[in-house]
Amino acid sequence: MHHKRILQTNFYYPKKGVSVILSIAALLSMVVVFSFRSESSSIIGKKPPFTQKDSIASKKAFLKVYAVLMSPRCMNCHPAGDIPLQGENSHLHLQGVKRGPDGKGIYALKCANCHQSHNLPGLHMPPGNPKWSLPPANMPMVFQGRSAHQLAGQLLDKKRNGRKSIKALIDHITKDTLVLAGWYPAQGLAKPPLSHREFVRAFNEWISKGAVSP
Amino acid sequence: MISNSQDLTINKKKYKADVSPDMPLLWFLRDIVGLTGTKFGCGMAQCGACTIHLDGEAVRSCVTPVSRAIGKKIVTIEGLSENGDHPLQQAWAEVNVPQCGYCQSGQIMSAAVLLQEKPNPTDSDIDDALSGNICRCGTYLRVRQAIHTAANIQKSSVSNAS
Ligand code: FES
Ligand code: FES
Repeated sequence: MHHKRILQTNFYYPKKGVSVILSIAALLSMVVVFSFRSESSSIIGKKPPFTQKDSIASKKAFLKVYAVLMSPRCMNCHPAGDIPLQGENSHLHLQGVKRGPDGKGIYALKCANCHQSHNLPGLHMPPGNPKWSLPPANMPMVFQGRSAHQLAGQLLDKKRNGRKSIKALIDHITKDTLVLAGWYPAQGLAKPPLSHREFVRAFNEWISKGAVSP
Repeated sequence: MISNSQDLTINKKKYKADVSPDMPLLWFLRDIVGLTGTKFGCGMAQCGACTIHLDGEAVRSCVTPVSRAIGKKIVTIEGLSENGDHPLQQAWAEVNVPQCGYCQSGQIMSAAVLLQEKPNPTDSDIDDALSGNICRCGTYLRVRQAIHTAANIQKSSVSNAS
């Protein structure tokens, strides 16, 4: 009996040892996988102003940001092609308008030929802003068709975000009058799904909790 | 109201702009100055009939407030050339482009900006420049042909001058 218990015990301990080792290995590999994911999703080389890293909160905050960026008020000027989008259904801009090298249109169809420095009153009248334009052709900053993961990566990549540092990016979404114009739409057009204040808060939370992409 | 000291320069002449600053420039041109070559089509920047030049750009005057034009150079179809002999005007006559004519001053003013920026436009340049000028008579093919003709006239007048 005793002999049997010893045998059992001997048989039992090695098995426990293997499973402990396996669990540690699994944990380690998860840590490695997740650290790679968050490394590749945050700004390589430069540390964002993290307060307390929290990848879940960071991703959740980005999903709020994403809902705003993909709303027609933002996405319509960040099209996948060279034609701006219009309206709540983001149809191609009428009149055959095109981006042009500087994002301000071409020839007789430049944005400012119709878009004034302010919204004009009335349904279907051109909305306005002194800087009304698309991103330039060499830095198109496309939103249309991007997944949340792709868009987060793009926003953090200086080669694709207009060469903006994190600070410049936050400044841009907080103060740029063209960004703010989204919250002052022309008559008949909806605002983005969050207020500008909530949007800025979510953006800052995304960055400060680790700039992790969903 | 815009103060009397604010002048508008239209076709090289000065005019007193004693009107509300948000009055559409088209109203000022047609109803106050009497330059009726520029047409009203839609009043909402959709058709191009009201196209004029503001500092060389093909601006839609139906949505451009008078205040935006102060201190800038305005050119209407009447001022495109001294004697109606701009290469585009010559080409338009040669190709006999207009049908009813209503959209044509807008077409020509848009084409003038194209030729300024691209003296030898391709068909696709022409489409890119003029696709916002709507012609209910469907003169598009003749517009395109006339722009090529105008580009040639412009080219030969440049080479003759040099
Ligand atoms: S009248 Fe100005 S664009 Fe139609
Ligand atoms: S010629 Fe009639 S609308 Fe163009």
